[in-house]
Amino acid sequence: MFLTVHMPDGSTHRLEALEGWRVMEVIRDWGLGIKAECGGACACATCHVWVGEDWVGKLVPPSSEELEMLDGAFNVDERSRLCCQIIMSKELDGLEVELAPESLADTPAARLVVGG
Amino acid sequence: MQANEAFTDVIVVGAGPVGLFAVFQLGLAKLKTHLVDILDRPGGQCAELYPEKPIYDIPSVPVCTGQELTDRLLEQITPFEPVFHFGEMAASLDKTADGKWRLTTDTGKILIAPVIVIAAGGGSFVPKRPPIPGIEAYEGSGVFYAVRKIDQFRGKRIVIAGGGDSVLDWTINLAPVAQSLTLVHRRAEFRAAPDTVGKMRALEAKGLIKFEIGQPSTLRGSDGKLEAVVVKRPDGTTIDLDADALLPFFGLTMKLGPIANFGLNLNENLIPVDTEKFETSTPSIFAIGDINTYPGKLKLILSGFHEAALMAQAAHRYVHPDKTLRFQYTTSSSELQRLLKVA
Repeated sequence: MFLTVHMPDGSTHRLEALEGWRVMEVIRDWGLGIKAECGGACACATCHVWVGEDWVGKLVPPSSEELEMLDGAFNVDERSRLCCQIIMSKELDGLEVELAPESLADTPAARLVVGG
Repeated sequence: MQANEAFTDVIVVGAGPVGLFAVFQLGLAKLKTHLVDILDRPGGQCAELYPEKPIYDIPSVPVCTGQELTDRLLEQITPFEPVFHFGEMAASLDKTADGKWRLTTDTGKILIAPVIVIAAGGGSFVPKRPPIPGIEAYEGSGVFYAVRKIDQFRGKRIVIAGGGDSVLDWTINLAPVAQSLTLVHRRAEFRAAPDTVGKMRALEAKGLIKFEIGQPSTLRGSDGKLEAVVVKRPDGTTIDLDADALLPFFGLTMKLGPIANFGLNLNENLIPVDTEKFETSTPSIFAIGDINTYPGKLKLILSGFHEAALMAQAAHRYVHPDKTLRFQYTTSSSELQRLLKVA
């Protein structure tokens, strides 16, 4: 099964996904820069995605815990989900999500030499 | 020695589980430790992100919460009397004339030691910055991520945004001094104690504050002087709120921060180390836990504990180059048991 991810830089990636994996884990495992600070514990809101319009109703609705954590995300709307809470299943083959810019991992810092 | 200066054997940057266990391993080697952490309490991510979440992969502890793990580590390291510097960020690092490390915190505190251990996890916890175009220009003049002095907001038109406890606490505390106060949240429900929500609703009912459902989308003003916050409502319409100050409270996120300027080799915001001593590209600076990288690295608390033990052996050689550290077991060594204050 496949998952389509639109990244904040405008690139689109079609990723093979395994049943039972969290969408966040699929994105992370393919090496795309997702922040996902808490590692999937629904405790940080840095894996915020907007799911494709057609998919909103097909997902298991968010728990109250997920809705609460979404308070720590920005530009939240009815398509907003924390993708560590979306578990891939046959019904979700072809799921499309857009990663929120704030959920993008920090760009790597260059080496800076001071002191010493 | 200046009043804001302290000398120790090892400075640990980060008081998360791995930084705390480093105190234990260093303590067995009779090394004294000072810890610096930007949070106001120990535990790092375990305390800040998931104090109530169960952790299942600590050896011999089938399940414990992030807070329980932190509390047990604190109990375990108590005999070694670590000195904590909470609410302080490790800001800069340089060398003293006699070759020791001098770490300066963002409040100007100076710590001096022959060894530095970076156990900073994902970096410093800093407030989340809303993605509002040009917000940086107002930070410190019209946009504030913390309230240091209530008086600073006396007579001001304030907009507070977010939905957690701190949002409501500051709404309640600032309402009496503000000229006007509008609370902005994306939905009608709050992630806060029911009592606090009740107090906020009472202020709203009395007309002492306003509540708008929406999210701040644009700032208006000039030369760093904030004039209005534009709020986007769920139906797509906007409302202009006249404001002198915007307080966005959307929680914390992790940034590597000043550690990037410590002169260490970095690889994608991680610090490469060897797997014998967990030492960085700079001798006598070690990196343990989630912040380091090496072939096969797994970001597990378990791995950080192991790294702390090996690091302590090497740290001892820097602090006491003339002494040999004899490897001993806590089960049988009366010397270690005296250190642990159990014998």
